[in-house]
Parts: sequence; structure tokens; C-alpha cells
Amino acid sequence: MNRQQQGDSGASPWHDTVRRLRQNRLAMLGLVVLAGFVLAAAFAPGIAPYPYDQTNLRYGAMPPTRAHFFGTDELGRDLFARTLYGARISFAVGLMATLVSLTIGVAYGSVSAFVGGRTDHLMMRIVDILYGLPFMFFVIILMVIFGRNLLNLFIALGAVQWLTMARIVRGQVLSLKGREFVLSAHALGVSPPRLIVRHLLPNALGPIVVYATLTVPAVMLEEAFLSFLGLGVQPPMASWGSLAAEGAAAMESYPWLIVFPGLTLTVTLLSLNFLGDGLRDALDPQLSRRS
Amino acid sequence: MLGYVVRRVAGFFPILFVIVSVAFFLMRIAPGGPFDQERALPPQVRANIEARYHLDEPLWRQYLRYMGDVLQGDLGPSFRYPDRSVNELLTLGFPVSLTLGLCALGVALTIGGTSGVLAGLRRNSVVDYLTMSVALFGVSVPNFVLGPILMLIFALGLGWLPVAGWGTWRHLVLPSVTLGAFYAAYIARLTRAGLLEVIGQDFIRTARAKGLRESVVVLRHALPGAILPVVTYLGPASAAVLTGSVVVETIFSIPGIGRYFVGSALNRDYTMVLGTVVFYSALLVAFNLIVDVLYAYLDPRVQVR
Repeated sequence: MNRQQQGDSGASPWHDTVRRLRQNRLAMLGLVVLAGFVLAAAFAPGIAPYPYDQTNLRYGAMPPTRAHFFGTDELGRDLFARTLYGARISFAVGLMATLVSLTIGVAYGSVSAFVGGRTDHLMMRIVDILYGLPFMFFVIILMVIFGRNLLNLFIALGAVQWLTMARIVRGQVLSLKGREFVLSAHALGVSPPRLIVRHLLPNALGPIVVYATLTVPAVMLEEAFLSFLGLGVQPPMASWGSLAAEGAAAMESYPWLIVFPGLTLTVTLLSLNFLGDGLRDALDPQLSRRS
Repeated sequence: MLGYVVRRVAGFFPILFVIVSVAFFLMRIAPGGPFDQERALPPQVRANIEARYHLDEPLWRQYLRYMGDVLQGDLGPSFRYPDRSVNELLTLGFPVSLTLGLCALGVALTIGGTSGVLAGLRRNSVVDYLTMSVALFGVSVPNFVLGPILMLIFALGLGWLPVAGWGTWRHLVLPSVTLGAFYAAYIARLTRAGLLEVIGQDFIRTARAKGLRESVVVLRHALPGAILPVVTYLGPASAAVLTGSVVVETIFSIPGIGRYFVGSALNRDYTMVLGTVVFYSALLVAFNLIVDVLYAYLDPRVQVR
């Protein structure tokens, strides 16, 4: 019911949004590319011509051929297969860490705005302070302490990405708090948690979705960064970051090893940014100024 | 203004205290220590080493000792390089990292600022579309992909610049561009958006109506307002530049702090990791302080708060 209240025109706002998004060519291009990559990642075992960890030392480090589109690495492993499997890791980390950051950010922001007063002031001051810290250093420490596995990667990355989300949600809840439908719900005796979850958050969904979309590339970039340093996914499993690291190390002799994983990662991030920007413009034209 | 600065400076120390404490306890709950090697040490040797670094004391004593030392500016000995103190290692690496970071920020501000202003002034022109497309590309290329590719083209291919290492200004070019590219792109977008917002306002129309030259209108009237978002972004950006320099220093074999940080984290060199985090955090909190004061100076409305 709340969703409908925002619309000015006859059509539902979500319908409007979808229409505006479909007119944005770059965003649609991003969506198509991403859909392709996600499908390829999901069906990697069926698509990959070779197992990602099958070595073939006799044919070590071959440039792209018809049998190996992306060439092979020094151990003769097929780079195409490794990039495909790397996509699974990258997308999984992107989604899961975004989910973690979404949960923390939404909870923190809405509680801060809802309680208000001194608590709000204090909670936002903490966010301000955290903003300026070299967070990746803490993530590196966390990875070293709790072990370099995927689950820790999700949590550590999500745990440092919620700040902007908290600010956005707080701003939204703050502006909705005084509206009549909230007051009447309050008067009817709706409990605060229920009020937040059922009445306030659904109305703040637009900005939340937009920012979540923009969080995915940020997190994927961070995962690649950690894996590049050898602190993320461990061999023989590969992610785009660790492939780029292997490629950078062997770049002088085998340039294709950096070019293909790097290109795949860049195209994915670019598509996600296109889609995020498009969604932002489509959902809330006013938000675009905040960038 | 002075009261504002004093209040902000007073807030500096509790923040730092919390950071140091959190980092200290995080490092200590880690399973395994810096002296766990493949070959187990004889228990007595181990006990001796632990006694030397006070690791045999209860945790709260270690904490108090560390806090006391930090207050005196001593970050302790390095566990991995027994004859070096963390202070020495930081003193060696910091000038290098600082030079790299400042050059990268310089690249980001000049290129990003200029192209942002140009794009904003000629909205929807070819210049605008071109810069914004490049900028969008810029925020999507990870620095660890850009770095090797730049190296491949300009150092290995064309031979214009040295491949890696440190020493002359020529060694600085590729790392600074690699590190600064993302922020240049982001700052270009911020500047453009800021300029577009300011340029539509009444006081700009007034300035134009007074018959001021367009360059004066843009530089004196529009720009200070337009770069406010950029100033705010400088705080997080410098934090990110420090982080990014970890990767760039690794790629280009630059002997800065970042490169040692990863090594010491993997080796569980507690004091070195802790020291780096404490040092960088202090640096960033101080830098944010400067940014906030600068912001208050540029935007008088801030002081009302």
C-alpha cells in the first residue's frame, strides 16, 4: 500500500521507473551484459571446455588459440575456464557482501533516525569518524586473523561498506517520520520495530535499491583487490583479482594473462555502474545530484 | 572559527584512543603468533622471546604498556626484523608513500578538476560527453589492472618510462597516474555536478548581470561553491589513496609502507601491523580535521551548527 502513495501519475511509480530505465540505453546495455555474465557464471561447469584446475604442463602458457579462447597460463590451465569460475566467486562476493552491508546499514540508519535526538547525533558522529579510516587495513587484519575463506570475505567486506547506506536510510526515514501516515500508524499503537519495517522502509526502498546496486561493484572491486594481494580466494580456486595478480606477475612474457581477466572485470564493473546510474536516474531524479 | 577548530581538535584524541584500542585487541585475538614457524622452537627459547616482547604478561598489562609507549610516540620493536623498531621502518617507508600519495592526489585534482569544470561549462557538448565517458571508464578500471597495462604500454612497449622501482621523477609517473586515475574520474564527476548546481543559482545571474567577465564569474563566484563536494570527498579519497598505494607499491616495486604492510600482516608481525594502522589512522583523522576546517572556511553556513 505504501508504494502507491508516492505516485503522482495514474500509473504506479514502479511502472514509471521501469519505463524510464528501459529508455536508458546504457543502463539496458549494462543489464544485458551482466545477465550474460551471471548466466555464464551460473552454468560455468557446463560451458567451460576444461576443468579450471586441470594442468597441462606440456602446453604451458599458450597465447589464445581456437582450443583455448583466452590462452592458457603457465601451468597449462585454460584461462577461459578459470575466468568463468572466477566470475562465480566475484559475483557471489558482490551479492553476499552487499547483503551484509545492506542489513547493517538499513538497521543502523533507520534506528538512528527513528530514535532521534542525542542517540541519532552520537550514532551519526560515529559514522562520520568511521568514514575517514583506512578501512581496507582493518579488512586485511580481519582476513589474516579469521582465515582467508569466502565466508569471512563476505562478512569483512560487508562490515566496512555500510556507512553510506546508513546515511541514506537515515535521511529518508528522517524525512518520512513526520508524515501523516506514520503519525496515524503510531497513534494506532503500532510498535516501533513494526513501524520501521512495515511503514518507513518500504517508502525508502528506491534510494536503498539504487545504493545497493552501486555497492555491488565497489565490493567486487575490493574482493579483487584482496585477492590480488593474495589475501582473498586461495589457489587453485581463482577469482578475477587473483587471476589479475598471476597475470601481472607474468605480464612481460604472457600479456594475455592480465588482459583477459582485467578486461572481464572492467566490463563487469562498467556495466554495474551503468545500471546503478540508470536506476538512480529512473527511481529518483533528485538523488542524482548527491552522487 | 577558532572555537570550532578547538572543538574539532579536542575530538581528535578520543577517536584515536578508540582506534588504537580496537586495533590492539583485534591483533591479539588472532590465533597463532608471529613466532609460529614450521619448525617448533624449543620451549625455553620461546619463553625467552615472549618475555623479551612482554607477551607473557596478562593482556591488560600488555595493553597498558602499549598505550603508554604509543603516547610517547614509540610503536615498539618489529617482531620480524628484530633489530629494527617499527618507528624506523615507518620512517623509511613513509616519505616514499607520502610522495606517491601526494602526486596521485595532485594528478586527481588537476586532471579531475579541470575536466570537470570544462564538462560542466559546456554541458551536453562533445567535450562533456567525452570527458564523462572517460570518467565512467575511469571509475570502473581497477588500479591493479590499469597499472600493469600502463606498464605494458609505456615501459615495456614504448620504453618511455622505467618499468618499476624508485628514485627519479620518471619512476613516479606511472604509479601516480595508476593510483590517481580513479579519483581523477570521480572528482571530474563531482566537479561537473557541483558546477551545474551552482551555475543555475541567482547569485551567478547577478554576477553576470553586473557585467563581469565570464572567467571571473566562473572562477570567483561559481567555483568555490562548486568544489564543496570535492573538498568533502578529499577525506575519504586520501584514505583510499593510502589503501590503494598498497597495491600500486606492490606492482611497481616501490619501497613504501604499503608494501611492507601486506608482508607483515601475512607474517603476523603484530607490532608492525598495529603501528602502521595507528600511524595511518592518526594521519587520516588529522587530515579529515583539516578538510573539515577548510570546509567551514569555504562554506560559512557550516559554523552555525
